[in-house]
Amino acid sequence: MLCQNCKKNEATTHIKRIVNGETTQAHLCSDCAKSLGYDSMFSDFGFGFSDMLRSFFNEPVLASLGSRELRCDRCGSTFADIVNSGKIGCADCYETFYDKLLPSLERLHGKTSHEGKIPNGSPEIKKKSELEQLKDELDEAVREQNYEKAAELRDKIKSIESEDKGNE
Amino acid sequence: MSKWYIGEGDHNDIVISTRVRLARNLADYPFPSRLDNRSKIKINELVRDAIADREHLQYTELKTLTRAEIVSLAERHLISPEFASSSDGRALLMSDNEDVSIMLCEEDHIRLQVMKSGLNLSEAYEIADRIDNEINESLNYAFDERLGYLTQNPTNLGTGMRASVMLHLPALGREGRMNTLALTVSKLGLNIRPAYDENGMALGSLYQLSNQVSLGISEAAAIENLKSITLQLATQERAARKEMANSINVQDEVYRAYGILKSARILPIEEFMSLISSVRLGKVLGILDTDIKTINELMVSMQSATINAFVGRTLEAGERDIERAKIVRERL
Repeated sequence: MLCQNCKKNEATTHIKRIVNGETTQAHLCSDCAKSLGYDSMFSDFGFGFSDMLRSFFNEPVLASLGSRELRCDRCGSTFADIVNSGKIGCADCYETFYDKLLPSLERLHGKTSHEGKIPNGSPEIKKKSELEQLKDELDEAVREQNYEKAAELRDKIKSIESEDKGNE
Repeated sequence: MSKWYIGEGDHNDIVISTRVRLARNLADYPFPSRLDNRSKIKINELVRDAIADREHLQYTELKTLTRAEIVSLAERHLISPEFASSSDGRALLMSDNEDVSIMLCEEDHIRLQVMKSGLNLSEAYEIADRIDNEINESLNYAFDERLGYLTQNPTNLGTGMRASVMLHLPALGREGRMNTLALTVSKLGLNIRPAYDENGMALGSLYQLSNQVSLGISEAAAIENLKSITLQLATQERAARKEMANSINVQDEVYRAYGILKSARILPIEEFMSLISSVRLGKVLGILDTDIKTINELMVSMQSATINAFVGRTLEAGERDIERAKIVRERL
């Protein structure tokens, strides 16, 4: 198995963590494990986000990030800015630095996928999640061989999708 | 109109109050640390225009308040200590009875907070949810399908919700079980810490229990989790109290505490919090027949800056302890 982080070396460090009963696994080469701060895995949570990021990205890694100067297009933050301040600059930073932030988000929350409320002000997102819901129900209906229900759901999905095309 | 802490509420022998806080940011602006004062004020006014009239909230720019007034708001947990630390570009929306407060341009553009007395998580969340929806009708939030509501500090990603209850745990604290409990609840995704921290000690045996994780767990699940742990802690605290009720030592402590509070002329905050905690315990054990509302109100309103604000000027520490003793004698 290749290292999840650099995707070059063989993964030799396998980390299994259980947070709130949810198991997550990471497979890393020893260099990446070290640079991602997993050697300080057992330190407590009682420190700030900035410290956590620092523990993930040691100085040489930060320096190399700095030299590439990846900046958020919108607010101009570099990843080093975020690590140093412990603060994200704007909503777009999450998109720009998503891959870099993900390991620490996972370590903070145990999960990386939102569950719960979505804003009522964004109809696109609402429609999309409604569609996903319907597709899940369709899969289940097919699994249960409830073809009458499946046909009904398929028609609903088609009508929502054709509505979308009509709007484009 | 009565303040949030004066009502009684469910499980009020143990749970003083419930708080639900939602962190939100507007989609069209960078987070507060990347904003100048002018943009912050612009955001404050946008949120004010979206919600103030509809929910009858009073808008106040922090810089128009005195230092004592600001610190007093923090002592009563109506704003965060972080919010009180600077008034530049910050504003507050608050309801008359102080149960709804919205901190503007603190760590996030919007920190909406609802407080209720006793254990009242569902009602507090429903109100927060309603106001959140109303703001969202006219203002777009920063949101990502994978990460949920986007916040300046990633610890609040996801639902952006921090729900907490303030607990009075004199019996468990006395048995030295708080450290073990803190470890146990942290394994369940919750966090317990002193509500009024004095060098790591919880003044008045008051603790704040809250959810730690906000990404990947829905509001309903987080609230259910917090509620069930609260009820378990309440059961343990009640069992520990039951054993104390018949002890002559505990009765003696309660009556002495009451006697001192009713007659002392000088009351430093540490001594006051410890004595009022014993009096509250005496009341719920049926030893004393005092009014629990008065006790709750005193517990959260006798902090230093709140007394300054009450008197209307900044008192020296010695003067303040005299003033505190006077207020307590009159009200208890």
